[in-house]
Amino acid sequence: MGYEWDFAVVFRDFDLLLLGLVNTLKVTGLALLFGVPLGLALSLARLYGNFAARLFVGLVIEFLRTTPPIAQLFWFFFALPILIGVEIDPFRASVLTFSLQSSAFFAEVFRAGIQSVEAGQWEASRAIGMDRNETLRRVILPQGVKRMIPAFLERAIELMKTTTLVSAISYADLLYQANSVAQSTYRTIEVFSVAAGMYFVVIFACSLGVRRLERRMARSGETVMN
Amino acid sequence: MSGGRGADGAGEALRIEDLRKSFGDLEVLGGVSLSVRRGEVVVVIGASGSGKSTMLRCVNFMEIPTSGKIFLGGALVGRERGGGIEYREKELTRLRARVGMVFQHFNLFPHMTVLQNVMEGPKTVLGCDGEECRRRGNLYLDRVGLAWKAESYPSQLSGGQQQRVAIARALAMEPEIMLFDEATSALDPELVGEVLETMKALAEDGMTMIIVTHELGFAYTVADRVLFLSGGRVLEEGTPSEVLTFPREEGTRNFLRGHGTFRLPEPRLD
Repeated sequence: MGYEWDFAVVFRDFDLLLLGLVNTLKVTGLALLFGVPLGLALSLARLYGNFAARLFVGLVIEFLRTTPPIAQLFWFFFALPILIGVEIDPFRASVLTFSLQSSAFFAEVFRAGIQSVEAGQWEASRAIGMDRNETLRRVILPQGVKRMIPAFLERAIELMKTTTLVSAISYADLLYQANSVAQSTYRTIEVFSVAAGMYFVVIFACSLGVRRLERRMARSGETVMN
Repeated sequence: MSGGRGADGAGEALRIEDLRKSFGDLEVLGGVSLSVRRGEVVVVIGASGSGKSTMLRCVNFMEIPTSGKIFLGGALVGRERGGGIEYREKELTRLRARVGMVFQHFNLFPHMTVLQNVMEGPKTVLGCDGEECRRRGNLYLDRVGLAWKAESYPSQLSGGQQQRVAIARALAMEPEIMLFDEATSALDPELVGEVLETMKALAEDGMTMIIVTHELGFAYTVADRVLFLSGGRVLEEGTPSEVLTFPREEGTRNFLRGHGTFRLPEPRLD
């Protein structure tokens, strides 16, 4: 094809891409920070709440899981401000959307993890006089969370990839920055290749780290109950 | 405290009056009454489905009785209301702390060491401080002869050792009564002995115990009283020799015949 590669242009604007990466990590990190605890709360409400709470939370979770993330993002960025009469900047709209959206997925991860713990563990805890909260905190969650790690990581990676949608509301994440650098340098191939590489490095490093953590946790204690 | 003390209330650890339990249309317990003195060992035998386990599980309210009264330490559990008894989960949680239970499938906490397993109840439920918990944990691990395994994880122990840890975990709550629900049924034959020995030692120390078991030889040696359950009712009750050697009821005889000859206790040569 005779295309002449020129990465020099890309690296001249590398700080713009880095800024984009930082913004991507910021949205992802905050969405995790809010989404994980909210997901835990939702899963507990769905498992142990009264009928009304279970129904309501179930609907919320299913709604968040089945509507397109970009539609949610547009709703929080364009529709919500009209409803409440307050401007929401792209950053806040992004964090809000992805915290809620990921909490629905994390709720399902938590639920599966909690339900994977044998009924005998509940019985044994009850038999020594522990109540439900004590049992969850001391016995069920520590075992469930361990088993949740792979699914949890998968969700977190999925989340980071989905945050690329924020470029659609002009939030300067990595994809948005790449797009603007590409437009100003006309080096589309190089810029998007480098951006993809940056996503790869960050996500791959995360998954390696979690795999190591998993192995370390597996060594300390729990294997199989006979 | 609506529960009155009976004439022999001071010596009574547990009284069950006309206990009934149904699951849907299926009646599992059809009116069981039983009084257990402090320090007494009651062994419950019967075919599977006779209601033994359900009876045991009602005593510590793992199952809520359909009707009937349970008195622990002379006091009625729950509140009488409109001909029935009303239970509150909070009260039952506190009550379970006073009744120890050992399960067929050990159910140790796999993410904790042996010592942490035994300390868990005192720590979380009784709120003792670290040093006291540790002391208690080691004390009861020693009682079952497993202090040397304190830092192991359950998965590193044999089934018999796991069950002894489960016994220590229940003992660490210093319960008023211990319930054993087929504690040796899930064990390989060669591991049964060590668990039975541990239980026997407890009985000799004066622990009040209700034991559901198929080990008739063990029942014969350890029990003060044997209950034969059939179809959710007590068909026959008496000393081990009355029930196991000279059963009066046809049902008991059939059950014992089905069990073949049971192992008699080893002769004592001391």
